[in-house]
Amino acid sequence: MATLSDVKSTEAKPEAVLSNDEILRYSRHLIMPEVGMDGQRKLKAAKVLCIGAGGLGSPLALYLTAAGVGTLGIVDFDVVDYTNLQRQIIHTTDDVGRKKLDSAADKLTALNPFLNLRTFDMKLTSANALELFREFDIVADGTDNFPTRYLVNDACVLTGKPNVYGSIFRFEGQASVFATEEGPCYRCLYPEPPPPGLVPSCAEGGVLGILPGLIGVIQATETIKLILGQGDSLAGRLLLVDALGMKFRELKLRKNPDCPVCGTDRTITELIDYDQFCGIRGQEEPAGNDIPAISVEELKKKLDAKADVFILDVREPHEYQICNLKGYLIPVGDLPKRVSELDSSREIVAHCKMGGRSAKAVNFLRRAGFTKVYNLTGGILAWADRIDPKMPKY
Amino acid sequence: MPQIQIPSPLRQYSGKQASIDVPAKTVGEALAGLISRHPDLKRYLYTDEGKLRAFVNVYVNDEDMRFLQKEATALKDSGTISIVPSIAGGC
Repeated sequence: MATLSDVKSTEAKPEAVLSNDEILRYSRHLIMPEVGMDGQRKLKAAKVLCIGAGGLGSPLALYLTAAGVGTLGIVDFDVVDYTNLQRQIIHTTDDVGRKKLDSAADKLTALNPFLNLRTFDMKLTSANALELFREFDIVADGTDNFPTRYLVNDACVLTGKPNVYGSIFRFEGQASVFATEEGPCYRCLYPEPPPPGLVPSCAEGGVLGILPGLIGVIQATETIKLILGQGDSLAGRLLLVDALGMKFRELKLRKNPDCPVCGTDRTITELIDYDQFCGIRGQEEPAGNDIPAISVEELKKKLDAKADVFILDVREPHEYQICNLKGYLIPVGDLPKRVSELDSSREIVAHCKMGGRSAKAVNFLRRAGFTKVYNLTGGILAWADRIDPKMPKY
Repeated sequence: MPQIQIPSPLRQYSGKQASIDVPAKTVGEALAGLISRHPDLKRYLYTDEGKLRAFVNVYVNDEDMRFLQKEATALKDSGTISIVPSIAGGC
């Protein structure tokens, strides 16, 4: 199996000394031969970098801190909001509006005052990743987007640091250890990201709150095993977790000899522009300037004037249950086969949550011959923000 | 009959089914059978040129078909095909 010393990273320094307070704190580790004093000293000497203090980063950072990892780095530039609290257990209600780094630092230093915490209030980029990674032994990837996934992978391969990987979607998760000397990297598994828009993000697709807990704890476990040099690491295996079926499966991963970053003929020898590689042009799907649109204020005026406006809601039925504008519900995916239910002679205002899906719907209907169809800019969230503050937001 | 496991991001295109039995002798036949039953999956799994997309991996039991005989990989009746797309969530 791949251990820290195999992967050329900084040798764990067993000279780290444990105080009597630390010996007491870690006693349940110390009485296990697989950890013992040597292992606990390795943990104290280890330097782990966590990318993100969100869903995966919360359990990762908490457990690594509790376990006695000596130096923990966290990179994050985000602020805590209410929708984070369902899963990002390092943050509490009182932290809403605070920097995630500040909130995480409070909890981690309270949990373990022996921790040397290093916070990096910035976005991880091609310009700063290599220099940062060189200061750590292991990188744990808790990011939430494809460009950063590929950036973390390539930077790990280029600096020779193992990449403890975890990823989640709805009820399913994946975990592995990439970029060890012998093992495959993330690009060996997935040479290219999906085209933008084809795979929904957590914000669009949702995620079961416990799932980042399950996967983040698996990442923490793998990180600790790498430090200790114990057990069988997930390097060369992809663990698939299905929380709904409560099934854990594993697939074999192989190093791809043609991998552009870790294969025999490498074409990627420095970090690239990952936004361009992943085809991202902004996080939100742009509604498109050429799509006829209407503001929530204009819609309100029309409704108050009892104008003949047909509101088409293109969200999913479970979203309709959270809040609605009493619109006619046809999920955007069903629109092609249900288009005959719509009357093209009427003025139609299509809306979704934020305006992305309804823009697609407007585009589709225009091409189908509807001439009086408009996209509600900002979706129902804009309505809740600017017209009806009593409406719940999600 | 070989069984194809459908991951949750793709179930919206497979009539919400998590696994589908498809009579087939090879992986290629199984995928073609799947697409003919659920044509909506095609756009997701294949490029316009008809190539399997690079972010979708296909496993036969626990082996990546890229390291077997790809679409020509023979299937046993008890075989399981897993479609494993990349996911990026972590937030």
